[in-house]
Amino acid sequence: MKKDLLKGNVAFAEAAIRAGCEAYFGYPITPQTEALEHMASRMPELGRAFVQAESEVAAINMVYGAASAGARVMTSSSSPGVSLMMEGISYIVGSEVPAVIVNIMRGGPGLGNIAPSQGDYTQMVHGGGHGDYRLVVLAPSTVQELIGLTYEAFDIAERYRTVVAIIADGSLGQMMEPAVLPPMRPVRKRTDRADWALTGSIGREKRIITSIYLEPLDEEAFNQKLLDKQAVIEENEIRFAEEFIDDAEILLIGFGTAGRVCQTAVTEAREQGIKVGLLRPISLYPFPERRIRELAEKVKKILVVEMNAGQMLYDVRLAVEGKRPITFYGRMGGVIPLPDEILEQISSLNKNSGK
Amino acid sequence: MAKGRITVDEDLCKGCGLCTEVCPQGILVIAHDRFTTKGYHPAVLDDPGGKCTGCAICAQMCPDAAITVYRMVKPEKVSV
Amino acid sequence: MEKTEMVETLVYSRPKSLTEGGTHYCPGCLHGVAHRLVAEVIDEMGIREETIGVAPVGCSVFCYYYFDMDFAEAAHGRAPAMATGIKRVNPDRIVFTYQGDGDLASIGSAEILHAAGRGENITVIFINNAIYGMTGGQMAPTTLPGQVTTSSPRGRDVELTGMPLKMSEVLATVDGAAYIVRRSLHNPANIRKAKKAIRTAFEVQKQGLGFAMVELLSSCPTNWKMTPSDALTWLEEQMIPVYPLGDFKVAPAVEKITKGR
Repeated sequence: MKKDLLKGNVAFAEAAIRAGCEAYFGYPITPQTEALEHMASRMPELGRAFVQAESEVAAINMVYGAASAGARVMTSSSSPGVSLMMEGISYIVGSEVPAVIVNIMRGGPGLGNIAPSQGDYTQMVHGGGHGDYRLVVLAPSTVQELIGLTYEAFDIAERYRTVVAIIADGSLGQMMEPAVLPPMRPVRKRTDRADWALTGSIGREKRIITSIYLEPLDEEAFNQKLLDKQAVIEENEIRFAEEFIDDAEILLIGFGTAGRVCQTAVTEAREQGIKVGLLRPISLYPFPERRIRELAEKVKKILVVEMNAGQMLYDVRLAVEGKRPITFYGRMGGVIPLPDEILEQISSLNKNSGK
Repeated sequence: MAKGRITVDEDLCKGCGLCTEVCPQGILVIAHDRFTTKGYHPAVLDDPGGKCTGCAICAQMCPDAAITVYRMVKPEKVSV
Repeated sequence: MEKTEMVETLVYSRPKSLTEGGTHYCPGCLHGVAHRLVAEVIDEMGIREETIGVAPVGCSVFCYYYFDMDFAEAAHGRAPAMATGIKRVNPDRIVFTYQGDGDLASIGSAEILHAAGRGENITVIFINNAIYGMTGGQMAPTTLPGQVTTSSPRGRDVELTGMPLKMSEVLATVDGAAYIVRRSLHNPANIRKAKKAIRTAFEVQKQGLGFAMVELLSSCPTNWKMTPSDALTWLEEQMIPVYPLGDFKVAPAVEKITKGR
């Protein structure tokens, strides 16, 4: 199959277009701006909606509007811009309309830098906006995976009437890799939009899209509805990849680029005869906690590798329930850990194994 | 006989009194002797002298769209 | 001698574009008048089923219960952005926002500026009552100098808090704005003029002529601590000198609509 050499940011933008994305609203922020620029060029030529909004606050609310109208819509940003979107994300989930958000993460907190980071795990996975809600969060590690997950994200968002967030670090947004783009899906006709969508009440009763439930018992019932939805998501949308798992005594857990670096380290460690394996979560919510709990019974030690101060680490700890010792290796501030550093961690864990 | 007539929907009227202020004939009053189901004193038409012209100024002022206005016209005339 | 039979005809009834139940607004609150005028215009233009409204946060947060058409609830101040999203994927529908002075002139000041800047083809109804009603009467950017509110208990001190923001004047400087006017709802004559302006603002959208806003000076009897009637007097005597009524921007293409109104 013919592959194109694609930059991550361009790839996910084009994948969204192929998925039938009808509207994109965004704002420039490094390291994801190429996505906005690709959309600025492609969307008008395809007759679809594009606005460079005045801020990420405005962008996410434009997304909220288009989503309420039943259109396939997305935005993309990076850490500080995503912080600005948190209000809007809470409203979108609270109104049960579907949308796709891509966060190309950078060093923080605050303005930080534009280097790659995984520092927004907690914000994205445990909900940075107010209220009880979870987003479906997917973490690719290659440009091809970024394409595939973005393409699928719109279907997942509509299936559950929720927000799907694709999170990647700046290096994945910037790197160029050979990848295959999916076929072009046509944009949905307005008459085929969902039966809750605001399209003008021609020949029907009016519809309201709101997140207000003034009566506490009504709000509680709505929150329960979200929990029920989450239970279905947790049953059906778990994604992860495994390598060298069968006889692994040391288990590495890492997502995104950190997971990809772990892949190299694990391969090298196996060549040295160390019994190490890798679990790479692809869905961060729903988190593959059941699988981690299973593996915790079989392995001796766990090493969590992240490009942050230790965020997924907490979800791993919850899943492991204290059964096995967990070591954490993290680089922060936009530093990418190299395979040699991970290999050193693996070797050190292996040495102290007391076999 | 009065040229005009108005009715006040007492499920909607909040007794704000603004219609009574703007009526050019001064024939709208607040009925202080009774309450609507929502607990307001409603506005009512008090027009024994048949002075209502159906000008609809009361309806233009009403914040609750509670007023309906009628006017006697020759059949071929169109209402405003 | 012929005697012409007089027939009783209906001169005015509640607009169809309002739903049947009552509103929660305070007695004498001019939100009700504004709602009624928008509903009358939508009825007269026959566009109820093609119209999608965006509700603000403020006393009128529940206006989506009061209008009989598709409606979305926006986050505070974000209605123009939400309306942009809705309009861009429904370009043939009529999309309007209904916003108060906190929503539009404070937290939403960026969103309204840029919707006008983009010449977004939406209609904005802006209710200016110089106070924050829903949250219990705090100072707004539109509060008058010396006006007592719960967050300016000794009266608005312009040294510390600045002067009132005149949003119609500000937005009229934006090239993307096609129709920016200020009217008042304090008496029937002004209410009639306001209705004409609202009609024009919706016609501007229908004819694809750009961004239209009608600022409506309104009262808040409860938080101004006045009777509904005294509130109208205060509006006329105190607000109009600060917020003059008039047309601040009428694009040439829009003038054709306004002639004869």
